[in-house]
Amino acid sequence: MRVDLRLLLILLVVACLALLPVAALLAEEPYWMRFWSRIMILGLAAAGLNLILGFGGLVSFGHAMYVAIGAYTVGALRHHGVEGGLPDILVALGASAGVGLLIGAICLRTSGIFFIMITLAFAQMTYFFFVSLEQYGGDDGMRIASGTQLGPLHLDDTLTLYYSAFLLLCGVIFLTWRLVNARFGMVIRGARSNEQRMAALGIPVFRYRLTAYVISAMICALAGVLLANLTLYISPAYTHWTRSGELLIMVILGGLGTLFGPVIGAIVLLQLEDLLAHITQHWQLFLGPILILVVLFARGGLLGLLAPRQVSQRPAEEIDG
Amino acid sequence: MSTTLLLIQTLNGLQFGVMLFLMAAGLTLVFGIMNLVNLAHGSLYMMGAYFAAAATSWTGNPLLGIALAIPAALILGLLVELITLRTLYQRDHLDQVLCTFGLILFFNELARVLWGSAAIPMAIPESFTGFVTIIPGLIYPKWRLAIIVVGLLVALLLYVLITHTRLGMLIRAGASNRAMVGALGVNISLLFTLVFGLGAALAGLAGAMVAPLLSVEPGMGDPILILTFVVIVIGGIGSIRGAFIASLLVGLIDTVGRAFLPALLREAFQTQSANTVGAALASMLIYILMAAVLFFRPRGLFPPKGR
Amino acid sequence: MAEPLLSTRNLAKSFGGLTATDDLSLDVLPREVHAVIGPNGAGKTTLISQLSGELQPDAGSIFFDGQDITALPAWRRPHLGLTRSFQITSIFRDMSALQNVALAVQAHAGHSFRFWRPAAQDPELLEPAREALRQVGLQHRADVAAAALAHGEQRQLEIAMALATRPKLLLLDEPMAGMGPEESAKMVELLQKLKGTLAFLLVEHDMDAVFAVADRITVLVYGRAIATGRPEEIRGNENVRQAYLGEESLAV
Repeated sequence: MRVDLRLLLILLVVACLALLPVAALLAEEPYWMRFWSRIMILGLAAAGLNLILGFGGLVSFGHAMYVAIGAYTVGALRHHGVEGGLPDILVALGASAGVGLLIGAICLRTSGIFFIMITLAFAQMTYFFFVSLEQYGGDDGMRIASGTQLGPLHLDDTLTLYYSAFLLLCGVIFLTWRLVNARFGMVIRGARSNEQRMAALGIPVFRYRLTAYVISAMICALAGVLLANLTLYISPAYTHWTRSGELLIMVILGGLGTLFGPVIGAIVLLQLEDLLAHITQHWQLFLGPILILVVLFARGGLLGLLAPRQVSQRPAEEIDG
Repeated sequence: MSTTLLLIQTLNGLQFGVMLFLMAAGLTLVFGIMNLVNLAHGSLYMMGAYFAAAATSWTGNPLLGIALAIPAALILGLLVELITLRTLYQRDHLDQVLCTFGLILFFNELARVLWGSAAIPMAIPESFTGFVTIIPGLIYPKWRLAIIVVGLLVALLLYVLITHTRLGMLIRAGASNRAMVGALGVNISLLFTLVFGLGAALAGLAGAMVAPLLSVEPGMGDPILILTFVVIVIGGIGSIRGAFIASLLVGLIDTVGRAFLPALLREAFQTQSANTVGAALASMLIYILMAAVLFFRPRGLFPPKGR
Repeated sequence: MAEPLLSTRNLAKSFGGLTATDDLSLDVLPREVHAVIGPNGAGKTTLISQLSGELQPDAGSIFFDGQDITALPAWRRPHLGLTRSFQITSIFRDMSALQNVALAVQAHAGHSFRFWRPAAQDPELLEPAREALRQVGLQHRADVAAAALAHGEQRQLEIAMALATRPKLLLLDEPMAGMGPEESAKMVELLQKLKGTLAFLLVEHDMDAVFAVADRITVLVYGRAIATGRPEEIRGNENVRQAYLGEESLAV
């Protein structure tokens, strides 16, 4: 590993995240923990999306759907009187894997803009599906009576949730690192770069992409479980298309196909929103142009800005930051 | 269900369909020729509606308001193209999606700053208030009928433009083979600007005409934008004919489905939940249609030849 | 005559009104260098795309190694020993040369559902990949990003990738396209070195190269084979002179 600005930034961020609750307790600002839990949860979902978007080159405009599936799992299980934590996680993973397998198999038949649009269409379908679930509050959504409990761990406790999100995020980034550098990841990345050549070499790209799609859906569903614990609320708005757009923005802001990019992107986007919201009620008036400027002028994302060379030119084995 | 009700809902579906076509025509051309995913197309529609409402309250005449909204949307579209989108043509779809997503945030908030969060009412032009008897026993709102007529006229005009003019020839060539148009020595950036302006004016026209029927409010372009994308993907990107057929298809299926599906399911299953399931299914119908079309024809119903 | 490794029988393909392959029956013998030449638009690349499975023929059959592969998906064909290279260099630009070839080795080494061990340190992939780079003379450029290689080197890499799938028959689509004389000479040398270890179906415009390495030549005109034979037979063939070589020598 080369010691560069990016690495320093990442170490700094990880250290700050690990120690933030201490600062929050000392400053008696528990809100900080909730705010940063939210950042890490969305960062987790963005990391899931990054697996297929950044490394696989598949622009899914519907990944908020899987976050919503995770959240609704918690809500539905509690609604039907299922307590305890393991069912939350297992059902969320199972449901997202099943839905991801089905929808992924259909979507991956298309490519390019058609893929973007068909993933969006499925997310919209899910949106209207959740709206129609009147026993879960329909359009308005529903409160969740209690969060996920894993033995002594109560995920709806602020501190527990914070560290659960932190550890899960670190775990997923580590998993992504192994995944994208293993043979599986080489296929996914090769397919992004040159799909035709993959087939000519004898690699059936579809099944690997589908696997990556399902893994990424499951990561997003885990983020959804945590999100339900943070808000203790579920709503069809979780799968609104602007949420999927926000996940895309986080991945791009941080740096496409970098391991820590999604987290950096989540931090920057949510902090920016928070900051602008403090200054003016009309913060979106400024967020929009800022996004445009980032896309136009900082193509490798923020991590790309700090990198010595452009991300796309880097030989693949250097993907370590 | 009565035949009259079915006919009225069919007309409503047609009205919705031609409105979608006004949106889709511009979007599919911009997409087909410039390879640009423009999410901000819905914002042009919203601004068209606002321009119409504002010009109406200024002049006191809704028809004049609508007439003024079209050039205003055209100018706005040209400005957007010149300032931001022009640099995006060479970028990949992801960059375009994000950049135009930023434009949506900007315009929605801009509308809120300029006109407030509350919906603005706009009157139907005086000579078009009330109903008209189409056939005995079937009366229909004049203004909705006017929208259908205008939409079909625009479709006809576009057809003539595309098939019988030099500009149309270039547009067709561009949709099927972008490189070739450049090789012909055509001023590509002028062509792009013209096509984008045309699309913006049509989106503005759509927004202005439905403004009296809907509430003019921030974010009103978002749902219509998604439907428009559904339309052009079903129709085949770059194809005006595909956009026209898919617009009517989506308009009819959506309107008729919403009107009758809940009742049909209720009759079939005799349960309370049939109503809500029916409503949900009705709102999902067009997305199911789109997924099905893409499953069997991954490039839509009428993909331009030669790409 | 030995059993052909690859044969096409009455192969046909047209695009709209344009006939690209017309009732084509062609045999490639094991370890033979079989060149396919013809003027532009003769349907050479279309032929390769049908053999490699990217295009489906309208009619006729393709047999490889005693098996009917006409309808076999493209990605299965390299596993039988039938691999193609591309006329327009088709490499993974953001990976190093070695990784490009390692990916080809990986393709040949069974499924890639391996999620944990880093591929970049896997000797099972790297050793054969280095060997393939050595075969084409690129071993000293192994760690350079593919995008940063010179044009000629990228063409060599293209061939190394195809070789790494251990083909019995390599479909070479204009390996010398866009090369200067020096690079072309190197490529001819490489083909001559590889000759005899596997079969080639070589599509090429560089006539000197074709006549230097080919065992047999088939001449395509408008998708139809007007002659097949040893280089000296083709040189002496009156039809070929008229249809093709004559034209070209006149043009020069």
